[in-house]
Order: sequence, then structure tokens, then C-alpha cells
Amino acid sequence: MYRYDEFDHTLVAERIAQFRRQVQRRLNGELNEEQFQPLRLLNGLYLQLHAYMLRINVPYGTLSSRQMRKLAQLARRYDRGFGHFTTRQNLQLHWTRLDQAPDMMAELAAVEMTTIQSSGNCVRNITADQYAGRTREEVADPRPWCELIRQWSLLHPEFSYLPRKFKIAVTGSPGDRAAVRVHDIGLHLHRTERGELGFEVIVGGGLGRTPVIGRTIRRFLPAADLLAYLEAILRVYNLGGRRDNIHKARIKIQVNAVGAEKFRELVEEEWQQIRTTPLLRVPPEEIERINAYFAPPAYDELPDRSAELARLGRQQPAFGRWLATNLAAHKVPGYAIVNIPLKAPGRTPGDATAEQMEAVATLAEQYSGGEIRVSHRQNLVLVDVRQSDLNAFWQELDHLGLATPNVGLITDIIACPGLDYCKLANARSIPVATAIGERFADTARQAGIGRLNINISGCVNACGHHHVGHIGILGVEKNGQEFYQLTLGGSSDQNTSLGERLGPGLAAGDVPAAVEAIVARYLAIRRDGEEFLETCRRTGIEPFKAAVYGEKRAEESGPVKELA
Amino acid sequence: MALIKDGAAVSDPFFNAAGQVVIPAAGPVIVSLEQWLAHLSALFARRSPIGIRLRSDQHPEVIADDLDHFAVIALEVPAFRDGRPYSYARLLRERWGYRGELRAVGDVLPDQLHFMHRAGFNAFELQGADPVQEWAAAAAEFSVWYQATGDGRLPARLLRIPPWAAGDRSG
Repeated sequence: MYRYDEFDHTLVAERIAQFRRQVQRRLNGELNEEQFQPLRLLNGLYLQLHAYMLRINVPYGTLSSRQMRKLAQLARRYDRGFGHFTTRQNLQLHWTRLDQAPDMMAELAAVEMTTIQSSGNCVRNITADQYAGRTREEVADPRPWCELIRQWSLLHPEFSYLPRKFKIAVTGSPGDRAAVRVHDIGLHLHRTERGELGFEVIVGGGLGRTPVIGRTIRRFLPAADLLAYLEAILRVYNLGGRRDNIHKARIKIQVNAVGAEKFRELVEEEWQQIRTTPLLRVPPEEIERINAYFAPPAYDELPDRSAELARLGRQQPAFGRWLATNLAAHKVPGYAIVNIPLKAPGRTPGDATAEQMEAVATLAEQYSGGEIRVSHRQNLVLVDVRQSDLNAFWQELDHLGLATPNVGLITDIIACPGLDYCKLANARSIPVATAIGERFADTARQAGIGRLNINISGCVNACGHHHVGHIGILGVEKNGQEFYQLTLGGSSDQNTSLGERLGPGLAAGDVPAAVEAIVARYLAIRRDGEEFLETCRRTGIEPFKAAVYGEKRAEESGPVKELA
Repeated sequence: MALIKDGAAVSDPFFNAAGQVVIPAAGPVIVSLEQWLAHLSALFARRSPIGIRLRSDQHPEVIADDLDHFAVIALEVPAFRDGRPYSYARLLRERWGYRGELRAVGDVLPDQLHFMHRAGFNAFELQGADPVQEWAAAAAEFSVWYQATGDGRLPARLLRIPPWAAGDRSG
């Protein structure tokens, strides 16, 4: 993991001191809320429906056990004993107080964490593949590059007042787990035949009220040019992005307005001006310095125990189901990547109690080198577990309620906090997620349905990434009532697609039955080995439309009550 | 309102003619881009210093060839959230080599001064009660930076390299 030195510590301490003075000016009335708002947002502090929410960056989703314990401590001391992991790999504390925020930030700084730029119109937390550094297919670990970008973007004197928020994701794998095509900038690591490392640069993706799949503006950018190229993109956006309408201010609108080809020309032109600037070039020794922090642990030479595990799984079916769903293949024989879902039936997706956080911190030390990952699907991951420890590890997780065998399955739901917390929301997300979770709680049945992602957002801002859910659910409000629009066929992997709207909105109580109808139709029409998304792509949404709304398809715009 | 330039409170020798119907016949003036373009030859002929004031939607590249004529370039900051002047300032200093006074005018809050200074501004119109103190506090807010700008301060990356290992720093 990256470790702060005196410079990193000094910078963060100075920022907290600055924010402490700003909070003081707010509390004694020198600043009104309108003046204070952009200042607090740049430091990750939101004013929500009931309280201040503090959003804590988990850079590229990597945490140490020590950091996780600090998060638990903060949740207990300053909040209500739990926190919410988000689709941007961050942790949110939803019940905090303004006057305590600087103290919380100081406590975080002690474990090398910050809330800086977790909101505001600036470069946000840099996200990455949660399996970074541990899969065989990976070209290179994206996290050293994320760290380089984190430092370059933190308190950038030129780019702290962008037209709108700016999200960057990096992946090093052909199979994209970082959703790089739905970020303002997505970076995909590649290596040339001669072994040179570089990036495919994707710009202008994003969800929100105008979902757009990002466009590749450069197939291969040599790694040493990364910061100059990012600086060029950000400058083109800072100067040319719209500032007259908050809903049209993201870079995707600018890219669409001028056209991807013209946008590429603008960036390349700017880049040519600055690419030889010495301090923007990333020298190999700096990459080596950062790389060293992400060196994998010294693995033991272990035999592969898959066959033995499979046998044990047959003897203990619950363990077997967990093995089948919650594990991913490790690049080193004898080791496994283990997903820890924060999606137990009846629980809010992404929520973890202080006790759970502490328990995971301890388990990580015991079984996985003291490192924890956060996935954009709101789960935790331990990436270096010995196969020989899996059975004991599973039993410990099971005691904590963290061994639900549902990773990638229908109850592994992404959901934003929704109207239960959020001022922007039009509808609640959490009750819909928990209702679906309870309806499909039978783990054998889930396994039979197979891979199926449900993503739920409580408003068009799409924090729950509903556009890229295999089944997307969007909460809307009409005449004071909550309705839910379903979309099918979305995906955020290497074949990113946006879901297609199924039909008129449904009442909250009807959503689980509609999902049930969709699943039943899928099971009836799927071909051998076909996953839900594949069936959906093959047939289109028509069969599912009929399943939900009846054979005489309802074209009227009002909500439809009767379900097939 | 006070003008802080290079860290000290100074009286503003310039008359702000931007938006005025008539440009005074003599003395230092600041004109708008529209006035500059409309009265180029008359303004060239003046013996007193000239400044230009640009709105945040006026890209200074339109005056990039004329920079030698200006003693002051005043960039308007219409709102706290408008980040364009920061890019303009860096382009003026770092790309086009402007060395005169670069002044931030409009809705300039003390919380912005540090970054503005790093971007290349050296003069600020401030509204507060004690602008010299505001400036001094803002200037001292940070002592470490991750980024290099045209102000010559070294980013943390270069400070981290111990002197015995520094070797060629131009990379």
C-alpha cells in the first residue's frame, strides 16, 4: 500500500487546518451557507436530509486493516455505528456533525486517509479494479497509476473549480471490473509487443441523467505521458465545458457537442504544447518509487487445492455454494481472492457495522496480509487468502453474517442511499433492494438463476448505476408517489451497454413481482449456459416486456398495476 | 475594496474604463476587450500604461500577440465556481510569457487566493476588512504542492528525492 511521507502528511494537515478555519467562519456567521457550500463540498461534507454526510475516500478501493479499524472507530464515535460503502469505492458516514468534521478529518489523516475532493466540482477519488494486482489476465497493476493521478489531481491549483465533478477510473485487465467506459476519463492499461506500457484513453462516459458510453480518443498513450495528457484533457474541459447549466456541465456533454473526433484534436493540440514540460513527464524512478508500495507479498509455493476444495464443498453444501460464488481465481497457485458481500438478506446494500468492519480488519490480518479492497459493487474483498485456509475463513465469515453466497447473483444488488438519506433523491432505493433481496433469499435458487446484476438508483443522478445494471431500477416521483422504471440489458464490463427501458413505472410493492416475472421468462427462454445478459442481448426486451406488462403491451404512460 | 499586489496594499493607478462610454484621454486606463479592438490605433498611441479587462468567457488567446502592450491584465472571476481564470492565468504566464501585472477582479474570496497565486496571479481586488492579513494568511495556507506551475516551486515529488540520489532532475 502507498504510505505517506512527511510531504503527504504536511499537505493534508494544512488542508485540514484551512477547513477548520472555514468551519469556524461558518459557525460564527462570517460565511453564509451559500458561500460555505462549495468549501465544504471540496472537503467531502454534504448536507443531507437529516444530517451532514462525510464521504471518505478509499483511493482505488484499497484499505489496510489499520485504516478499516479507524473507519469503524469513526462510525462508532461520530456516527451511528455503521457506514455505507459506495459505488465509487468510498465510505459514507451519514449522521455526522459540522463542528466535528475537522476532528474526523484529522483522525483520518493519522491513518493516511482523507475526505478531500470526495465531492465538489473537481477530480474525485480515482477508482480501480478491486482485484488489481492479483489476476493472471492483468497487464499491469493499475493502482500505482491511480496513486500518481491521485497526487497530481489533489488540490490542483488549476483544476479545483471545474464545470462539474470529474471521475477517473483505471483498469489493467481485459475483463473490465472498473467500469472505465462510464467515467469522465477511463484508462485501460495495455502493453505493446515490445513491452512498452501505456493507456487506452476513453473520455466522456458517464451515467446521470444523460448516460453516455465513453469514446476512445487515443488507442495508446505511452505511460510517461499520462499526466501531460490528463492535464490537456482537463484544460480543454475547464475552458470549454458548459457552466451555464449544471445538468449539461459534465465533460460528456462537451464531447458530444463538439464531437469525439474534434474533441480528440483539441486535446492532442493542447498536449503537443505541454508534452515536453519536464515536470509533467513521469520519470521511471518515480514510477518505481510508487510501484514499490504495491509490490505483492512474498507468496509461498503452495500446491493448487481446487480438487480438494471441491470435494469438501460437496460434503458441506453451504461451503460449496460459497466457494462457487464468492471466490475469484488468484494468479498464484494455492491462493484465492475472496469476496465478502455486504448484501445479506434484509440489509442495506453496502452498509457495514463498526463491528463488521473491525472483524474484517482482523480477518484480513489473519488470512490476507492485512489488506482489504472495496469493490464498486459495494462489497469487500480479501485478495490473498490461502486455499488451505478457506474452510476456516468461511466459518468465521459465516458467524459474522458475511458469507452470503451471492456475489454476482440477483441479490448482490447495487443501491444508492436514496430518499432515506439523500436530498436529491425522488424515491427510496433501500426498501426496494431489501424486498428483492428477501424475495430471492434462497441461495440455491439464486445460483440456479446465475449471474444477474440489479442496480437501483433513487433518482436520475444514477449513483446506483441503474443504466448499466442487467436489470436497472430507477426511482421516480409522480404526483407525490414513488414509481420505479425498469431497464434491461445494461452492463459496465468490457462490453458496456446501457439498459433499455422496459415500460411504464411500477409501484414499489410491485417491483419484486416484476423482477420475478423477468427471471421466470429468462429461465424459460434461455439457451444452454446462457447468462441473463446474453439472453437479453439475443432476444431484446420484448419477451420480458410481455412477462411484466402482459401480452397486450401497455403503451400508455401511466403506472400499470396488473402483473403477469 | 482594496488592491493587493505582490503581497502589499497599493493604490490603483489605473482608471477602469471597461464598460464606460468614454475612455479618458490621458492617464493609465484599463479597457475592455471590445474597447481594445475598437480603438486599437488610438490606444497604441497613448503614452500612459494600458491594461485590459477580460470576462471569464473571453479567452486571452485573442490578445496573445499584444501582450507587450499591457501593464495589467485583469481577469474577471464572476463566481467562486468559475475555474476558467486559473487556466487563463497559467496560459498567459507559462505559454505566452506575460510578465506584467495579472489581476483577479470580481468575486474573489480569500479561500481562492493561494491557488490563484500559484496559477500566476500577482494582484487581487479584495473586499474584506483586512485584505493584507487575508492575503498573508492565504499565502501561508500550504507549504507543499504535488503540482508544478509556472511559479517555480518544486512539487513534492522532487523534494522527496534525496540530494545524493537526485542526479538529473530534468527528467
